[in-house]
Amino acid sequence: MTDTPRAAPAEEAWEAVIGLEVHVELATATKMFCGCSTDFGGAPNTRTCPVCLGQPGTLPVTNRGAVESAIRLGLALGCDIAPSSQFHRKNYFYPDMPKNYQISQYDVPICRGGALEVSTDTGTTTVGITRVHMEEDTGKSLHIGATGRLHGAEYSLVDYNRAGIPLLEIVSEPDIRSAEEAAAYVAELRAIVLALGISDAKLEEGSMRCDANVSIRPRGSGAYGTRAEVKNLNSLRSLRRAVAYEIERQVTHLEDGGEVVQETRHWDEDGGRTYTLRTKETTEDYRYFPDPDLVPIEPDPAWIEEIRASLPELPAVTRARLMEVHGLSREQVAVLAGAGLVAVLEEAVEAGAEAGEATNWLTNEVVAWAGERDADPARALAGVHLAELLALVADGTLSKKLAREVLTDVLEGGGTPREVVAERGLEQLSDEAELAAVCDQVIADNAEAAEEVRQGNAKAIGALVGGVMRATQGKANPQLANKLLRERLAAE
Amino acid sequence: MTLSDDDVRHVARLARLDLSDEAVEQLRSQLADILAYAEQVGEVATADVPPMRHPFGLRNVMREDLAGESLPRDEAISAAPEAEDGRFRVPRIVEAEQ
Amino acid sequence: MIDLVTRSALELRDLVAAGEVSAVDVATAHLERIHATDERVGAFLRTLDDEALAHAADIDRRRAAGEDLGMLAGVPLAVKDLLCTRGVETTAGSRILADYRPPYDATAVIHAREADAVIIGKTNMDEFAMGSSCENSAFFPTRNPWDLGRVPGGSSGGSAAAVAAFQAPLALGTDTGGSIRQPASLCGLVGVKPTYGLVSRYGLIAFASSLDQIGPFARTVVDAAELLTVIARPDPRDSTSIPKPPPNLLAGLDDGADGLRVGVVAEFFGDGLEAGVRTRVTEAVERLAGLGADVVEVSLPHAPYGLPAYYLIAPSECSSNLARYDGVRYGLREEGATSAAMMAATRGAGFGTEVKRRLMIGTYALSAGYYDAYYAQAQRVRTLIARDFDAVFANCDVIVGPTAPTAAFPLGAKTDDPLAMYLNDIYSVPASLAGIPAMNLPVGLDDDGLPVGLQLMAPMLDEPVMLRVARALEAAVGFATTPRGPEALEAPAAA
Repeated sequence: MTDTPRAAPAEEAWEAVIGLEVHVELATATKMFCGCSTDFGGAPNTRTCPVCLGQPGTLPVTNRGAVESAIRLGLALGCDIAPSSQFHRKNYFYPDMPKNYQISQYDVPICRGGALEVSTDTGTTTVGITRVHMEEDTGKSLHIGATGRLHGAEYSLVDYNRAGIPLLEIVSEPDIRSAEEAAAYVAELRAIVLALGISDAKLEEGSMRCDANVSIRPRGSGAYGTRAEVKNLNSLRSLRRAVAYEIERQVTHLEDGGEVVQETRHWDEDGGRTYTLRTKETTEDYRYFPDPDLVPIEPDPAWIEEIRASLPELPAVTRARLMEVHGLSREQVAVLAGAGLVAVLEEAVEAGAEAGEATNWLTNEVVAWAGERDADPARALAGVHLAELLALVADGTLSKKLAREVLTDVLEGGGTPREVVAERGLEQLSDEAELAAVCDQVIADNAEAAEEVRQGNAKAIGALVGGVMRATQGKANPQLANKLLRERLAAE
Repeated sequence: MTLSDDDVRHVARLARLDLSDEAVEQLRSQLADILAYAEQVGEVATADVPPMRHPFGLRNVMREDLAGESLPRDEAISAAPEAEDGRFRVPRIVEAEQ
Repeated sequence: MIDLVTRSALELRDLVAAGEVSAVDVATAHLERIHATDERVGAFLRTLDDEALAHAADIDRRRAAGEDLGMLAGVPLAVKDLLCTRGVETTAGSRILADYRPPYDATAVIHAREADAVIIGKTNMDEFAMGSSCENSAFFPTRNPWDLGRVPGGSSGGSAAAVAAFQAPLALGTDTGGSIRQPASLCGLVGVKPTYGLVSRYGLIAFASSLDQIGPFARTVVDAAELLTVIARPDPRDSTSIPKPPPNLLAGLDDGADGLRVGVVAEFFGDGLEAGVRTRVTEAVERLAGLGADVVEVSLPHAPYGLPAYYLIAPSECSSNLARYDGVRYGLREEGATSAAMMAATRGAGFGTEVKRRLMIGTYALSAGYYDAYYAQAQRVRTLIARDFDAVFANCDVIVGPTAPTAAFPLGAKTDDPLAMYLNDIYSVPASLAGIPAMNLPVGLDDDGLPVGLQLMAPMLDEPVMLRVARALEAAVGFATTPRGPEALEAPAAA
């Protein structure tokens, strides 16, 4: 298998059937069942307390903020909010799980039955949402040994900072038919989560995680094939590649007369392949039962309506509006949305920027900068500042080239565009009298070029403009310099 | 109600309990007796009866999303049988055994 | 020095408050009694002499300074080793937690300490509260002060024995299916299992979460009501704690039983009830009638299914609750080549026979294919039992019956027969399943000179009426709580 994520065989005799389980780590201030902070990056085991360490005698108390986040997402996905839902215990032993059971939801999740519309190059499809449920995260293990990985490790070191952080698990119906659709589904779900502000949803950092259930069947068949669950999909690219690989692996296997085994497979990003993690025979018996330490969650309908009223515009609506109102292309909107810059654009437009111009700056300069720095551009740039920058270009204060430099400074936290311009003394030299003196000097120093212009060689003026720019360290307004030079040379 | 030694060993694996052969043998008959006794609950007609959740019928007990206190790390790991670099140390994790 | 160890908690509090004795004297007298007798009784896993004397000295200092004192100021309190005490070993009677020191205090312990009760030690118990004889302690068995060859009951056997032996006037225990009431019955004490949710479970090392409750042991009803008043508070750390002010347990305590309707549970007088117990309980019921109560027979048709349901629910929950003892974060660790092997070895070595038995029952009951027939069905039966109580309480203020089918039995008598041991809980389990308050009141001695207890039960949060009837009957019966008989622990030396 090469890197090219093409599932060509499936498009012929076989059809892929894919369902996704996505975990989203919520951006609440505290953990799901205790008051420990969810802040990322603390020293190991510094965000723990007796409750999330599973100390004897401790008890969980549900975080209202996490429940609210679950309802927000459920409403955004068009789910029914369960009038009564409850937490179950999922029992299995693992060193990163302090109680050796995970508090999760089982037969009565908080949200059920929504849908998500997903667009790819080949069209738009609706993916059903089976359920959204709440659960607590596990701790993290560091595997010590030659490989640094679980396999082949000599021992492991466990950090429970992450244990108990609230998660939402979003389970899709098996409505996805290709690797591209799978990636588009996750991208859209991510956009919604970001719009709702309930998580930073970073696949690479694990605050959004994805497992894919992949099976194939003869095209036209209504039955389901045996599925494999693929784990370790840490980016949209991984997801796309892994699903494509898995489809092709299963097709090849079946066409060779083999059978697909129900199992869990691990995506090896470097090797570009999946391998068996565990087969069905060793699958755990989780012994779910209602957690007797917690009581049912029965959200007041008024609370649900309050949450519904507070929902932001959803990404699909935003995209349609940007295309319709501002005349942006689908691709531009996609780039803006992917970079989380829609709000910045709208703020800039609100502040007087022209939408097309602002979009160009955002999708080119700002996105490139964010890519280089691995930074969140929406945090680095306010829409009003983009508008201010564009105004400085429009009124001739800044050349485009200088504006790019100013933008970088602004993104790096150097202040507002006006502040950067003032601090660096970057204002374009547009004072006629001052510039005229420079022009006179340049003409005097470049008699030959000046003469050529007088003789009618219009192109020769470029050298003189260049001279003016050099003499002003690039600050001269080039249009004004051009005009002044012409006036002088024509007049003689 | 009968159980085999293998049934007992399977349950012991789920419960993460090392059991001696004698214990397996003893538990095999004791569990069968106790479960046979407990199975009397099956005699009760419960078609429309909801399982009890909380005797008092409590609902919606939630806390506000406000930070509480975490333990100092030394205290968090002070009871650990084995720790290293501020983390809990455990023998290697074999996925197939988990 | 006046005799302090036979005093009630209220008397001690009043003596301390009046400055007639110091809290240090009270604590010292009880610690001396423990050190003189506990070799034979085995009520305590450890005493907290230094901490107790320091707290007592602080109380004396504050009294001298005219500061306010708590409502149990200077009263020694024994605490079951299932309740977490910060920095002080808390073992749950198990090898797996032999050296465990919790980083926090149980809520009930905090309340007791704030009331200036002086915690003098942690008491022995059946491992993780699983047992009815205190013989399942990983450390040593506790003996019944009424007959040192007999068990004190369990699982809170250490707490019961401590109060019966005059080592402490008050003790905290926990009751899941009878673990306060049954030992109270066997040791001739008042023991109260409150309404589920009245006392916070935070810091109570869980056995079966949907049933566990903390409650008091005392030699008088009033003392028990005082201690319960101290610990009965809503707790935001316990989602199952009832979030409203508790009923006033003291106000109507002396209002008598006249005019109250008392139901006698027919199902609690069947086969298996010892003749001596039947006689004393029946007499006690007659006394209630004599006090003006309207005594009627009532039926709890699903009560006979209580014990079977209990032996599915409690093991299922404990199989999950005890999963955390794995040798990773605290407690015992036995070596193993892999994490899974280490955990299995740790648990195999750290848990005793009865705990393993229940972990196995519970794991089996919850495993694939059995959940609905076992745990879920048991929880439905539980609903029916609660409805039975509701129906009876529509016409009765309290209901009564025996607490336990037998008086104290000899050590070793039932250790080889788990089902026989489980039958100790047959009358106490229904109230646990329904979540209603229930208590034991000693009402006499059987022919062997062993205490017999009457169980009183009341509707949810109606502890006041239950305690009021108990108080009236207590006065009428005049039960003397001093152990006596040939094998009894000697009474405290007279002053």
